[in-house]
Amino acid sequence: MSEKIVTLGDTTFDEHVKASDVPVLVDFWAEWCGPCKMIAPILEEIADEQDGKLQIAKLNIDDNLDVTRRYDVLSIPTLILFKDGEPKVRLIGAKPKGQLLQELSAYL
Amino acid sequence: MTEHRKVVIAGSGPAGLTAAVYTARAQLSPLVVEGQPSSTSDQPGGQLMLTTEVENFPGFPDGILGPELMAAMRSQAARFGAEMVTDKVTRLELGGGSPFGVWVGAPEAPEPTYEAETLIVATGARALMLDVPGEDRLLGHGVSTCATCDGFFFRSQHVVVVGGGDSALEEALFLTRFAAKVTVVHRRHQLRASRILQDRAFANPTIEFHWNAVVTEVVGDGKVTGVRLRDTVGGEPSELPVDGVFVAIGHEPNTAVLRGQLDLDTTGYVATSEGSRTNVDGVFVCGDVQDHVYRQAITAAGSGCMAAIDAERWLEARGS
Repeated sequence: MSEKIVTLGDTTFDEHVKASDVPVLVDFWAEWCGPCKMIAPILEEIADEQDGKLQIAKLNIDDNLDVTRRYDVLSIPTLILFKDGEPKVRLIGAKPKGQLLQELSAYL
Repeated sequence: MTEHRKVVIAGSGPAGLTAAVYTARAQLSPLVVEGQPSSTSDQPGGQLMLTTEVENFPGFPDGILGPELMAAMRSQAARFGAEMVTDKVTRLELGGGSPFGVWVGAPEAPEPTYEAETLIVATGARALMLDVPGEDRLLGHGVSTCATCDGFFFRSQHVVVVGGGDSALEEALFLTRFAAKVTVVHRRHQLRASRILQDRAFANPTIEFHWNAVVTEVVGDGKVTGVRLRDTVGGEPSELPVDGVFVAIGHEPNTAVLRGQLDLDTTGYVATSEGSRTNVDGVFVCGDVQDHVYRQAITAAGSGCMAAIDAERWLEARGS
């Protein structure tokens, strides 16, 4: 995994997402989810290309049910973009890179 | 710049990847336009990417996970030199005969991305949605197109599976790992599914059947709270409180990009003759986009092999 991607969990989520100077895109995923695996390399590329403008974070839903429930995630992959600690954009399901970037464009 | 290819394969399910293995081994350097990430069956690897255990693909006595099977087929094709592009065919120009124009990306681009001496169409089929009020709005909020992705979120809850075929019962059985209750809603009073799945479903105490009913609306404010049903015999409406809705009512072939260019049969699938031939000389078809009868991974793979051999012989006869 790219060094530019951080791994978040129930205990580290709030602190990290609130403290970040740049928007944080959180990938709610699990090992057993095929479409999650499909977008993982896309998120790696975005993490490199948007370095300094956007933080990509991964949250494994199996291990972190508190945050998963708090944001009513009922389908994975779900990507939520947080700015100043607040959820701003919610993207459900795997999508091609161009479409992801377009839907996030207001915050890039 | 348009790139010239001997073989372009559109689609990367069992049909497309088997065609890739065969044409790659025939030294035809196939290009596979494998599709784009999505959470529906319309994605690289096709419908098997959304399944778990595949128990009926010969050679795997203990079963194999659908995504693992597809990853294995992909690397087998790559090993022999098949090239993959993770994108979608957006436009085809078949009218002028071989070589055919294949567009990937912007369909309005003046020049095609590839020109293909032969084209193998393996675009597959995708799951039908209910097309009722509430379904779109609650997608990802209790309405799911992927039981294997989302079943986990319905631990100890009540979910409904709509449909009566193999996919519906496979989803229902999978969901019993998590849900407290799974209700299968089917518009008739008997199932289309295979005997072995019916036996398993009837024997499973977590699965209930609601016969002779169709879903007319998915209800919920922010999250699914129920479905409205209508009896297909008497017409009476009813409501079933549920937390999740999984739709498995059948499939339709992915023919949008082919429309007006390839002949379809009366059911909307691509029409074939003499093996995998289409009405356009040099265009071959395989897998679920041409098969509304069998629709199995193994029949798709078999037809992919047929299309590859037909394409190879076609190229040979032409002297290319």
